[in-house]
Amino acid sequence: MKIKEIQDEIVDEFSMFDDWMERYEYIIELGKKLPLIKEEFKTENNLIKGCQSKVWLQGQQNDDKVVFTADSDAILTKGIIAILIRTFSNQTASDILESNMDFIDEIGLKEHLSPTRANGLVSMIKNIKMYALAFNSQN
Amino acid sequence: MLDIQKIRADFPILSQKVNGKPLIYFDNGATSQKPQVVIDAISKYYQKINANIHRGVHTLSQLATDAYEISRGKIQNHINAKHSHEVLFTSGTTFGINLVANGFAAILKPGDEVLVSALEHHSNIVPWQMLCEKTGAVLKVIPMNEKGELIMAEFDKLLSKKTKIVTTNHISNALGTINPIKYMIDQAHAVGAAILIDGAQAVPHLKPDVQDLDCDFYVFSGHKMCGPTGVGILYGKEDWLNKLPPYQGGGEMIKEVTFEKTTYAELPHKFEAGTPNIAGGIVLGTAIDYMNGVGFENIQKQELELLKYGTKRLLEIEGLKIFGTSQEKTSVISFNIKGIHPYDIGTIIDKLGIAVRTGHHCAQPIMNYFEIPGTIRASFSFYNTKEEIDVMVEAVKRATLMLS
Repeated sequence: MKIKEIQDEIVDEFSMFDDWMERYEYIIELGKKLPLIKEEFKTENNLIKGCQSKVWLQGQQNDDKVVFTADSDAILTKGIIAILIRTFSNQTASDILESNMDFIDEIGLKEHLSPTRANGLVSMIKNIKMYALAFNSQN
Repeated sequence: MLDIQKIRADFPILSQKVNGKPLIYFDNGATSQKPQVVIDAISKYYQKINANIHRGVHTLSQLATDAYEISRGKIQNHINAKHSHEVLFTSGTTFGINLVANGFAAILKPGDEVLVSALEHHSNIVPWQMLCEKTGAVLKVIPMNEKGELIMAEFDKLLSKKTKIVTTNHISNALGTINPIKYMIDQAHAVGAAILIDGAQAVPHLKPDVQDLDCDFYVFSGHKMCGPTGVGILYGKEDWLNKLPPYQGGGEMIKEVTFEKTTYAELPHKFEAGTPNIAGGIVLGTAIDYMNGVGFENIQKQELELLKYGTKRLLEIEGLKIFGTSQEKTSVISFNIKGIHPYDIGTIIDKLGIAVRTGHHCAQPIMNYFEIPGTIRASFSFYNTKEEIDVMVEAVKRATLMLS
């Protein structure tokens, strides 16, 4: 599926929730299900230090696709990571570079991607794009 | 006893709703809310007497200058400084610490020692590290114990003729510990060292008496004690302030300027270059009047009640651990719940209208000591109530349930 299609699908899923409680419960659920990053990738190099929570992100090329795995020490952060991984992992570098993040606003999670939140997610998105940029220039 | 509902009515923000819920503001350690008199005084200043101070001969400039200096006098009385020129207006605690640390660059020699407590906010660590890098002096740390108290026996051992300055907070922002500063001041002086007290977290709760304490420097911010942001105080003993070089050059801080040589103005102007935060300086006086009107005895009584009640109620939650368990502490409760990240709890209870601080509280060394990423910090002010604590406890329980 294309990035935009996945994003629409996520917006659709979130539209079923009536309030923030249900949304958060779902995010917590996603966080718990997120496959953990391999221990060997939990390196200082892959660590994004937010002021509040830590995020590890690892990207690699698999044929023409970029594959991401990630983790966090906070479960809400992890849940949002799961959404981002679902969106951006297994996509081509050029598709990742062309995508935008508008859907996050639509599912009511914009505040989590605010720089003042200091949870590492803003840097994570930047790093996802950096990986894509690096792989794109190699191709 | 304080009539809390009457006090709360003084703070318009407290009747607000946040995320559809009544606001419960437990982030007083970060900044306090402002009473209407303070808000009005800011507006009145700009409506009636706004003019630059210490410069104009015109009436408004005179009125503004008088108001500014009257405020300095109020602060002098409040902290019992000997002279009004020992009370310098700054932009806040951080600026005051940097001013002193920068001044010591002219005094320290390689091998001299600077003692910093393990309980410090980054703003009372980094300026001293920078000073040591610049001068070749050595930074030494006064360690703490598992209750979050500084270990005085270790402090005594660290002190020597090499110690030139000691710096510690009066009260820890992350844990609430009240440090034995009187003892530390005496011990520092016994070896001939100067001592700076960071009073940012103390002034909302108590009235420091700088002459009785005999500290060389005492710094604090206005915004944590019902005053506006962007204004603070550096108290320094006259002798020290005369000895330290100016921090910033500019207008107001000079006596005479030629391109060959500039002579500096007398205290306090030597350290007050440029147009200051005039409204802030004046209104800090209003805030201090307000707090004295409530009365620090009343404030302490109410806050101690809240601390005791909050501690008892929070400890009912399974897996909850409080960091900072000194007998001597203010109304700050820093805690975590086993297996749950503080960020997650903070985010969920925010949705329930509760403002707490989560994270390392700009005191990473303390978090490293406890081997935790951070804590949830509820810091109470005299305008908070037990009922609000009840709501927070329920919210934390609900968040815990969601997250485990």
